[in-house]
Amino acid sequence: MNEFNGEVKKMMIILSKATLENVYAAFVLANGARMEGIEAEMFFTFFGLEAVHKKKLEHLHVATVGNPAMHMPTMLGGLPGMEALATSMMKKEMERIDMPDVHEFLEILTASGVKLWACKLAMDMFHYKKENMYDDLDGIITVGDFYKQGSGVGTHMLFI
Amino acid sequence: MEKVIAGNTVAVNDEGYMTNMSQWNKEIAEELAKEANITLTERHWEVLAYIQNEVKNEAPLSIRKIGKSNVVDIKEFYQLFPVAPLKTATKIAGVPKPVSCI
Repeated sequence: MNEFNGEVKKMMIILSKATLENVYAAFVLANGARMEGIEAEMFFTFFGLEAVHKKKLEHLHVATVGNPAMHMPTMLGGLPGMEALATSMMKKEMERIDMPDVHEFLEILTASGVKLWACKLAMDMFHYKKENMYDDLDGIITVGDFYKQGSGVGTHMLFI
Repeated sequence: MEKVIAGNTVAVNDEGYMTNMSQWNKEIAEELAKEANITLTERHWEVLAYIQNEVKNEAPLSIRKIGKSNVVDIKEFYQLFPVAPLKTATKIAGVPKPVSCI
């Protein structure tokens, strides 16, 4: 224990939201860890499950309501088409900076050795089945299983 | 600053990345690979050549681009350079450390 110098060895990232900006933040952090030689595992829970749901992952949106960084009145953000507009603008910017789409990003994460776990409780709550989910998911596990995965010196947990 | 690698005096930055690509040679690469606990194989050399070529063409490097290179896929890239592949591979190739986050 005395030899531990405080370096980050493993990132355990919990994604609980399905808005595009949160999904990308979680993916970039997981991929960035692997790029630095740090292990990374992700736990998809509640709405975060949509990021690994085959039919939903292609249709994630930016939040225009309740997002102060959008710099628009909340009432405007709620108008029909506003979310789609903001989302398509964000996607264009992402392509410009060489950011992959959600599906390709999942492939990069899997190829990089990031473990992807779905939360069992949330799967049951939303009535999702394993076959509804991204094929390379590592499994459907409980919170306790996820903590066990994260045991060891130098592990950090992040909730998004 | 300068550093002697495999008998060659080369210019490096404070992270040990070579700052003058023209000083690079295969003996230096083998020495740098050894420091990273890697034994270079034919596949490693192919990837290193690709990386050097991209840098010569001033194309920014990222994991995503490596995956689309048709030289190596991301999975194999991590097998060849298991710890921090892009940082390690660029160091061995004698090119600057990429600034990409993806």
